[in-house]
Order: sequence, then structure tokens, then C-alpha cells
Amino acid sequence: MNVTAKTVRRGTLPGFGLTMGYTVLYLSLVVLIPLAALLFNSTGLTLSKLWDVATDPRVLASYRVSLSTAAAAALADGVLGLLLAWVLARYRFPGKRIFDALIDLPFALPTAVAGVSLTALYSANGWIGSRLEPLGLKIAYTPLGITLALMFIGIPFVVRTVQPVLEDMERDTEEAAATLGAGRWRIFRKVILPELIPPLLTGFALAFARGIGEYGSVVFISGNMPMRTEIAPLLIMSKLEQYDYAGATAVAMLLLLISFLMILVINLLQRWAHNRSR
Amino acid sequence: MKKGWRKGLLTGVALLLTTGLAACGGNNSENGASASAKASAGAASAAPAASAAASTAPVSKDPVELLNVSYDPTRELYESYNKAFSAYWEKEHGQKVTIKQSHGGSGKQSRSVQDGLEADVVTLALGYDIDALEKAGLINSGWQSKYDHNSSPYTSTIVFLVRKGNPKGIKDWSDLLKDDVQVITPNPKTSGGARWNFLAAWGYALDHNNNDEAKAQEFVKNLYTHVPVLDSGARGSTTTFVERGLGDVLIAWENEAYLSVNELGKDKFDIVYPSESILAEPPVAVVDKVVDKKGTREVAEAYLKYLYSEEGQKIAAENYYRPTLDSVKEEYKSKFPEIKLFTLADKFGTWKETQEKFFNDGGVFDKIYVPGK
Repeated sequence: MNVTAKTVRRGTLPGFGLTMGYTVLYLSLVVLIPLAALLFNSTGLTLSKLWDVATDPRVLASYRVSLSTAAAAALADGVLGLLLAWVLARYRFPGKRIFDALIDLPFALPTAVAGVSLTALYSANGWIGSRLEPLGLKIAYTPLGITLALMFIGIPFVVRTVQPVLEDMERDTEEAAATLGAGRWRIFRKVILPELIPPLLTGFALAFARGIGEYGSVVFISGNMPMRTEIAPLLIMSKLEQYDYAGATAVAMLLLLISFLMILVINLLQRWAHNRSR
Repeated sequence: MKKGWRKGLLTGVALLLTTGLAACGGNNSENGASASAKASAGAASAAPAASAAASTAPVSKDPVELLNVSYDPTRELYESYNKAFSAYWEKEHGQKVTIKQSHGGSGKQSRSVQDGLEADVVTLALGYDIDALEKAGLINSGWQSKYDHNSSPYTSTIVFLVRKGNPKGIKDWSDLLKDDVQVITPNPKTSGGARWNFLAAWGYALDHNNNDEAKAQEFVKNLYTHVPVLDSGARGSTTTFVERGLGDVLIAWENEAYLSVNELGKDKFDIVYPSESILAEPPVAVVDKVVDKKGTREVAEAYLKYLYSEEGQKIAAENYYRPTLDSVKEEYKSKFPEIKLFTLADKFGTWKETQEKFFNDGGVFDKIYVPGK
């Protein structure tokens, strides 16, 4: 009697103390302490300095570049990722396993390698770039190139959040809708899509957040032109190069704040979508 | 459940404290150092612990290990120099010395040393990056007068690399402003080498406009409108020019230009010497705090001094750095065409002043790109 009561109070799974301890340790070492160090580094940072940095035209321009390209890339990833996840979840075809494994490759590849290869492909004398340039489409060294690099590193986030939901989806409702005379497009819109909105939003948020902070793959393809293709993380590097730690921290903190707010909004939106689809 | 939470938190904090204490005891954080730097630092900090105790003796016979933290394009130079120095030191003093190298962007390397990478000597691209170490208390003041020639054993200059046959007829700085010329140079805000490029153009413009600062700024501003891509580092710019085929002229260090030509084909590029350029003086210094702690001062000082010896100078010259020793200069005369060279001190003063005026936030370079500010 006594024993059961104790077991119930401790929860069904054993080892909570240890796992919770590990979680706290891990989170502290990997996330909380580095973030605290960032704040600590900003001790030389006065509010007026923060304001100066925040209102500097070059910094503002770099935020504009970083945010707009990351948003564009995450949107594109949302559409393309849904398509990829759909194909992987719903169809069987030869080489599917390989195809499936390829999706994760951008996670493993050093981002600089991705940046260098994309630049080689899309620059004016590259394999693809040389064909697009005569059509008036310049990709490397433009915001389009940055978007492309961010799409590359962001796509797995969308596929990997949407795919499991698609795979777990009950076919019954779709079949029921079909027997009631709904067309395929109507089924997709009314039955499938509402279920997919929460994972799509998650994938979008992850790809977007990743894109804002991305450095390695972008520096090569962006051309780093001030006011036009200079991303915010590059400005952080450039401030570090002049030993302006406070300035670098200011750019980083603002960037972090913007990303955090955006992720927060997206998470709220996601919760709302999730509740609505119930 | 409540008890579980508390227990979990306690375990976490306890684990955290143990790791935290262990890390502090070690005291060799290497934040931001490159992978190669980390590897060499680890190796370097292990050995000299033993020799530190024996540092009272003039020269210990125990094997000793030095870490030379340098910038990107000196890799080949120091690979051969380290071999030569080890042989010389062992012959003279009967002591084995191994030198580890670490390469990366000059500013980044300086920050790694500040953050705890235990370099015995630094051999960087700009005096400014060593000044930063002096400011951090790692190097005693007056380091720049410790060795000859402002502590720059070898020098270099800024030249042009053009496509074979020089189709756009580029001969001098003013040709870079021609309408159809595209210029490749890295971003001076992130690249030490790019700062020398910028200053070389500025110095030329001063000389051709009766030292009129406004006209020099106009010239350089115009020049940067011909730059389609600002890479973050010198090697990135070389790649853009050489591999991507972008631009008509690459502004580069003389030794980088030679490396490109030798490695990528004499049939593809020509080196053009402008009528005048800047004397780039990459300086060297002993990291006082580290050598005193490790007891490696004597070897470290000898290591830098030997760069000025005939053998050291020849190795520099073989790697396309301009020697400063007269006899070696004479020997390699044909390799380094004589052009009019001005120094940083001639035209700009100290690195600190130069950095503040041109490259810090709100400086001249920012004005070129931020209209109306």
C-alpha cells in the first residue's frame, strides 16, 4: 500500500532525478552559460552605445538584409519542404531511402563548404550562373544568393517537422471525404492542410531563426557589400576585428532579441492554429 | 513529483559546480581559436610545464616547444623557417625545439591569444593586432622597437594581379578607376590585408593631389565603386578573382600574388607593379606573459632574432617576402622589382591612429558607404 503510493507520487518513469539533473547541466553548459556570457560581455555596453549601434544605418541595413532573406528563404522552404515531405510520406519509388537520407545532408555539411559550392555554381562563370546571367538573373553576390544559401541550410527543418505528421495522418478522414464527393484539391485544403499548419509553422520558425544567425554559408555568396548584401553576423565579425566587443555584443543582442520575439510570435500562432484545428 | 524536481535541480547544480571548478583549475580556455590552433595549443601547453621549473638555468637541455601564432599567408614561410631554426638551435645549444604553428585571420589570431591561446610568439599582419595584445597586458610596451625595422623582419608590398596579357591595360592605381574595370579586394573592416590595400591607394592619391585629403577620399571612394564583391578575407578575394573569374584586377600582397601565379598557372595571370605602393610591415613579438610563465623566453627571443639572420632572410625571400638584410636584398634583387614605397609612418602615423581614422566605426571607410553620415 505504502509502496504503491510512493511509486505513484514519483511518476510512472524511473530515474527522473538523474535525467532532470542532466537536463539542467546540459542546458546550462550549452545554452544558458554562453547566453549569460554574452550579457556579461556587454558590461562595457551603455544604453547610449546600444542606441548608437541600433540606429547606425549600416547596422539597420544589415538587419534588413538578414531578416528579409531569412524570411524569404524560410517561406520558400515552407513550400518546397511541404512538397518534399509529401513525396517522401505518400509515395513509394526506387531510391527513396537514399533520397530521404539526402534531406539531412545540409545539417552535416560544414556551412562554409555549402557556401563555397553554391557560389561556384551560381557565380557568373559557374555551371548554373553562366546560364542564368544572360537571362538577366544574377544570383551570386545579390540578396537572391543569400536567400538561396539560407534555403539550402533551412530545408531539413521543414521536411523533418512536416514528414512525421503526414506519415501518422489517418487515411480514414480523407477516404470519408472522398466518399462524400470531395475532390482531391478540396480534400487537401480542408482535411490535410489544417493538420499540417502547426508543423509547417514550426519548420518555418526553425528555418527562419537559423537563417538569421547563419554566417558560414552566406559570407561567400553574399559579396558582403555594405548597405546591400552585408548580413548582421558579418557586422559582428567586423566589430570584433576592431576589438569593439561592446559593439559586437550590441549587434548580437539586438539580433537575438528580434529572433526571440519572432519565434515567440510564431509559437503563439502555432498554438492558435493547433487549437483551431481541433 | 515535487521532491523529484528538487532532487533533479540539486543534481544539476552539483554536476555544474564540479565541472565549473575543474575548468577553472585548468585555466586554459581557448575560446574562438581555430581547430588547428587548439590542437597545437594543447600540445604546447603540455610540454613546457616541465621546463618551467628549470627556467633559472640559462638554457635547459630538455626539449622545448614553442607556439607561433601567425596569420594566413605565412604558413609556407614558417614551415621552412621552423625547420631551419630547430636545426640551428640544436646545433648551437644542444636543445631540441619543436615549433607549432597556428594560422588564421590576423585579428582573429590576436583575439585567440587574448582569450588564452598560449602563444610564445606572435607574427601578425598588422601592428594594430599586436598593440591589442599589449593593451590586454600580455606584451610589454615598446615591443615595436625591440627588433630592427619596427620589429618587421621581412616586408611586403601591395601589387596588382591581372588576367594574362593585361587586357584592360592596368598599369597604375589611377587605371583602377577606368569605367570598365572591376577591382577585387576584401573588406577592410574584416581583413587586415585589405587595410594595407586601402592605405596603398590612399597614399598614392595623396601624392598625386598635393596631399589633399578630400581628393584622396574621393579617389578611394571612386575606387570602391569598382569593387563588385567585398570578401571577408584576403584568401576569399583571391578565390573570387582566380576561381570565380570575377573582376579584372586583384589588389594583393606581393607574396600572395606570386603564390597565385605559381600555383595556379603562369599562363593565366600577370603581376603588375604600380608606380608606388605601401611598404607593408608585418611585425613580430614575443608574448611576454606566456614566455615568462612557461620559461621559454630565451628560445622565443632567439626564434624571432634568427629571422633577421642570413638564413632566416633567405627563407623569407624564397617565400616572396622582401628581406630587410642588405646582403640578402642584393642577392634577390631581381625577384623584387624596385618601386617607390612609402611606410605607414610616412603618411598615416601609428596603427592606432590609422585604425581610428579609417577603419573604426564612423571612420572614413564607413563614410564611403554610408551616404550623408
